[in-house]
Amino acid sequence: MKTTRTIALAALLCAAAPAAAQVQLNGAGATFPNIIYSNWMLTYNKAHPDVQLNYQSIGSGGGIRQFSDGTVDFGATDAPMTDSAITAIGGNALHIPTVLGAVVAAYTLPDVSQPVRITADVLADIFFGKVTKWNDARLASTNPGVTLPNQDIIVVHRSDGSGTSFVWTDYLSKVSPEWAQKVGKGPSVNWPVGLGGRGNEGVAATVRQTPGAIGYVELGYALINKMPFAVLRNQAGNWITASLESVTAAAAGGMKEMGPNTDFRVSITNSPGAQAYPAASFTWLLVHKTYSDTAKARALVQFIWWAETEGQAKTHELGYAPLPQELRPWIQARLKTVSAGGRAVWKTAE
Amino acid sequence: MTSLLGRDRSDRVYRRVLTGFALILPSLILIILGVLFFNALPALERFGPSFLWTSTWDPVAEVYGAAPMIFGTLASSMLALLIAVPLALSVAIFLTEFSPRWLRQPVAFLVELLAAIPSVVYGMWGIFVLIPFLRSYVVPPLKALFGWTPFLQGVFYGNSLLAGGVILAIMVVPYIAAVSREVLLAVPASQREAALAMGATRWEAVRSAVLPYGRAGLIGAVILGLGRALGETMAVTMVIGNRHDISLSLLQPAYTMAAAIANEFSEATTATYQSALMEVGLLLFVLTVTVNAIARILIWRVARGAAVGSKAL
Repeated sequence: MKTTRTIALAALLCAAAPAAAQVQLNGAGATFPNIIYSNWMLTYNKAHPDVQLNYQSIGSGGGIRQFSDGTVDFGATDAPMTDSAITAIGGNALHIPTVLGAVVAAYTLPDVSQPVRITADVLADIFFGKVTKWNDARLASTNPGVTLPNQDIIVVHRSDGSGTSFVWTDYLSKVSPEWAQKVGKGPSVNWPVGLGGRGNEGVAATVRQTPGAIGYVELGYALINKMPFAVLRNQAGNWITASLESVTAAAAGGMKEMGPNTDFRVSITNSPGAQAYPAASFTWLLVHKTYSDTAKARALVQFIWWAETEGQAKTHELGYAPLPQELRPWIQARLKTVSAGGRAVWKTAE
Repeated sequence: MTSLLGRDRSDRVYRRVLTGFALILPSLILIILGVLFFNALPALERFGPSFLWTSTWDPVAEVYGAAPMIFGTLASSMLALLIAVPLALSVAIFLTEFSPRWLRQPVAFLVELLAAIPSVVYGMWGIFVLIPFLRSYVVPPLKALFGWTPFLQGVFYGNSLLAGGVILAIMVVPYIAAVSREVLLAVPASQREAALAMGATRWEAVRSAVLPYGRAGLIGAVILGLGRALGETMAVTMVIGNRHDISLSLLQPAYTMAAAIANEFSEATTATYQSALMEVGLLLFVLTVTVNAIARILIWRVARGAAVGSKAL
């Protein structure tokens, strides 16, 4: 009798203890890292049942908005916040890179089996509508031995605002001064030519259904759907096929420009690394510098650090490029600045 | 005595509750209009009336003009009606006047089933079936016959005003057909019998007696279809090409207001951008209301004409 009561009491205590320390963290933002974020959160929750993580993939713009409005504890974005957007919330924002993404130029040329090589300036001119035929002399000169058809090039771009468009136009702006001046970069821009498809799937469907079409989609999307995509020439002059390795190399190549005190709001398109794929980008978590709730801030920082270390092992199987390991100390330095109630939460985290 | 009073009170409560419910919907419309207007105010102030005829849509430079979307919305809807009205009316006339009795229900059911297909499924079907079909079998003969007109200039890539219009046509056919069928069924048998008794053929009876009698209702059916076409979003955006450009050619990509809002709103990060999209929403609202008002006037005038006509008979 007495023993059963003790057991019942013990069971009650066990059940009550984690419930008391339960921390719920809500986040929203970019759709691109949704798969790995969801996976991280599930895995992390199994090891730390007291931390509940929710993530809604509503798009980068929506993530920035909800993060700025304070309706979520953390945001996520594929395009960094602008200076004015950060000033608008009193500078209370940190960008923490988590994984890397890349954008590829997928195309449909049924009779061409080798991957087409496209230089940066020709790529910009294709998206300007200046290079209009696949057998253009400038394309032919970089593809010796490949018979490119006398076919119209049909440009396909995203019609919805998207981080993918941001990375792509950021790359084109870096390699073409004319693009930077006339079109610029952004989640949506005034495209000089082309058809608009909604979402990666919309662009991919249009590209696949249209002979001679070229459009940009996320690397993972092109790989899963086995779409051929162009080999691009990077800043170092090497022809690079987009792959998880060449994307990680792009981030490593961009580190020199960043420096250890970077706020990570840097573009790694057209990265100088020898093996770097040129249309690559960070995707970031948005974290406040100061939180009011210590338990929340601590749990969030702990989770992010776990994602930056143990979590990175998950990247390959899920089709994301991991961050270069050399970045970790810099990320740790930024995470150490997160505070709650006037005290950094990092120390308490360890 | 008491029971009578009680009923009186419950009647009053009942009436008030119903009045309240009835007022909710109109006030909702006013609230929507107010919210749209309030949110569109920054864009209205910044761009003024030139928003209506500017063709540039540049989120980077923050220059916005809705002319291509207004054009695309109207053009795709008109094209849809041009295709759908004859088709839907034929279905309705066939089902009410000519079809064997056993065929009526199955055909009517299948046509109405078209309305049950989700918009996004139409879009997918458009990309994978309709566009390749248009590219292989429709556009080449069209170009051969009418290639000299401004409506078929340029190369057909697939996603285009034509594809958008055809998708919309298929989507509005069930609405127009179903309402037209009800209208034609409501035409009294005496109308047909009178025409037939005068020696008219079946077709002449339909043309001279049945259709004129039901024309107010038929116009109503068309307007219902038009309203649906103006606001349709998902299927259209998947096939119309989403290009902020005005071209008379049906083969070129275009854009509609509803599609642009759906595509761009979630990532519209700057205040001006959001406000410009709100103004597009406001314009779409005004456009739809105007179209419906014109329809009311049309029906009202036609109905009066029909009354006069029937008196003369």
